[in-house]
Amino acid sequence: MLAAATLPPTVATALSVRLLESMVRIRFVEEAIARHYAGQQMRCPVHLSIGQEAAAAGVCAALRADDLAMSGHRSHAHYLAKGGDLPAMIAELYGKATGCCQGRGGSMHLVDLAAGFVGAVPIVGSTIPIATGLAFADRQLKRDRVTVAFLGEAATEEGVFHESANFASLHALPLVFVCENNLYSVYSPMHVRQPAHREVWQLAAGHGIAAHQGDGNDPLAVHELMHAAVAHARAGRGPVFLELKTYRWREHCGPGFDNHIGYRTEAEYLAWRERDPIARFEHRLQQSGEFDELRHAQFKDAVEAEIAAAFAAAQLAPFPAGTSLLHHVYAES
Amino acid sequence: MKSSARELTYAEAIRDAFAVALERDPRVLLLGLGVPDPKGFFGTTLGLQKQFGADRVMDMPCAENGMTGVMLGAALNGLRPVINHQRLDFALLAMDPMCTQAAKWHYMFGGAMKMPVVFRMIIGRGWGQGPQHSQCLHSWFAHIPGLKVVMPTTPHDAKGLLLAAIEDDNPVVFIEHRWLHHLKGEVPAGHYTVPIGPARRARAGRDVTIVAFSYMVLEALEAAEKLAEDGIDAEVIDVRSLRPLDQSLLLASLRKTGRLVVADTGHSTAGMAAEILAIAGESAFGSLRAAPRRVCFPDCPTPTSPSLSAEYYPRAGHIVAAVRATLQRPPNDDDLLVPAGAELDKPNPAFTGPF
Repeated sequence: MLAAATLPPTVATALSVRLLESMVRIRFVEEAIARHYAGQQMRCPVHLSIGQEAAAAGVCAALRADDLAMSGHRSHAHYLAKGGDLPAMIAELYGKATGCCQGRGGSMHLVDLAAGFVGAVPIVGSTIPIATGLAFADRQLKRDRVTVAFLGEAATEEGVFHESANFASLHALPLVFVCENNLYSVYSPMHVRQPAHREVWQLAAGHGIAAHQGDGNDPLAVHELMHAAVAHARAGRGPVFLELKTYRWREHCGPGFDNHIGYRTEAEYLAWRERDPIARFEHRLQQSGEFDELRHAQFKDAVEAEIAAAFAAAQLAPFPAGTSLLHHVYAES
Repeated sequence: MKSSARELTYAEAIRDAFAVALERDPRVLLLGLGVPDPKGFFGTTLGLQKQFGADRVMDMPCAENGMTGVMLGAALNGLRPVINHQRLDFALLAMDPMCTQAAKWHYMFGGAMKMPVVFRMIIGRGWGQGPQHSQCLHSWFAHIPGLKVVMPTTPHDAKGLLLAAIEDDNPVVFIEHRWLHHLKGEVPAGHYTVPIGPARRARAGRDVTIVAFSYMVLEALEAAEKLAEDGIDAEVIDVRSLRPLDQSLLLASLRKTGRLVVADTGHSTAGMAAEILAIAGESAFGSLRAAPRRVCFPDCPTPTSPSLSAEYYPRAGHIVAAVRATLQRPPNDDDLLVPAGAELDKPNPAFTGPF
């Protein structure tokens, strides 16, 4: 038997490390946004995903690079996990010409086509049918890609969710609906929006879609669900809906915390912090002997350096010229 | 291609454009509730599903909002969809995907993606279409940067502008008027386009400029004939494209005539006729010899009863009366007379209900 130290990393270990690093990178980027936001130079609303990183990491780790994803207002984690370019994202938050939308979009409109991140918009639910259309076109054009529609649980209250789910089910489209249920739509809790006797995933099941519920703070559990969902969708067996239970730590919009304003309790927040997807997973890897402390420390240093470079470049980058105001209103044929 | 021109109805011209587009480009897709129905969507899609297959000429769930969004995704990912609405009123369920998503997609993502999609909608009128099957809201769409908006009047332009809309890399709102579907005109066979933008001089004249939209072009031409009997020579401009809007033809005409009447199939308040008057005021003020006039719908929803809808819809006579006013001529009570036996809620005497 070989000594443990000389074993090549198992596939499982490689995946675990990838999931942990993906989550840590997202957390560090968003914490950096929160720190820099006070400088009043990122002049756009930001919706941070801190606390919800496991869903993005677990879902995207189960995708091929050429698979597609779309998201909503809280899209930083999805963009980064899918491989979206970090400097282009930070520059976009600063409204710079080097941003992924050349300063036309901001935090709520991230895009990186090379990474298969086709876009995010802040009108709740509006990318769900568009993502459905991506899957529809792939099916029509006989490509074997899968598309992910990231949504929050409030988007399942929008008509377009149901219209999209019905159509995706009807045509067995290669689509995975990934619903992060973080319990609040801005400040409105579930009990004023959805009946307590019905789970969110049951809405999708009602459309004849394979639907599952999982722990959105466990990246391995998310990955396992997603791996099966992608295989199902890619095989032409139709769409899948995943409800992932999670919790947003920070305020709905902005860099701070809002537990004190009265829509949720500090106790609830602290209970969810106990279920921190990163600390919990790191602990689990330590327990199982999969955690390489030195490697992880080096990874964190590298990510901090990458983030610092992205912010420095964004701050130095030029703003789009005022004379470019009318550029891109129409595509030139 | 004069030899290949033949007479088609407007509805047949639309069908012809679809057949040409589907034949030329495998990415073109028609979708809409009832697109392959036995009546062929007022005859505009007859036989196309049989010819091109159910995956390119598609029926859909009754879900205008969601399905419009789905077609945006399809457009982003390699198809060139046309989403069809039998009434404009149904398209209003899809204002978010049309105006907030499609119109802004190219701009807000810094030009990263193109959105080649056509939103086709039909304005209803007559036989009791009433408050919710006859809204003329083209001005809503014309207000939105990022959309193109066309309203062809002739069968020739219907085919040419529909092909141009399908081939455009931007979202195009294509609006037909139900009362134009029976109109006949010369339509070349095969492929041709009418560029989106330029207006059309439908009749040359020197005394007054009548700017008209869609079906009201027909009423304006009838008005011009009546005015000619009184020695008044009216020029009629068919706007065709609301966004972009051809100001040059309008302004050249105004500099010649100095008088303006705008006939719109729509409400006057904050409407397209107001836009034309604004252009005249801003760019041809010195040429105006009289206050311009609008001939539009009154400020109330479309009523259903034939007696009320007869009051509601302006006709050629209203345009004639407006022209007389711009020429400081005395009003003529005969202008608004309805000939005995005329049925104003029918597009033509041969029509029998229902729609």
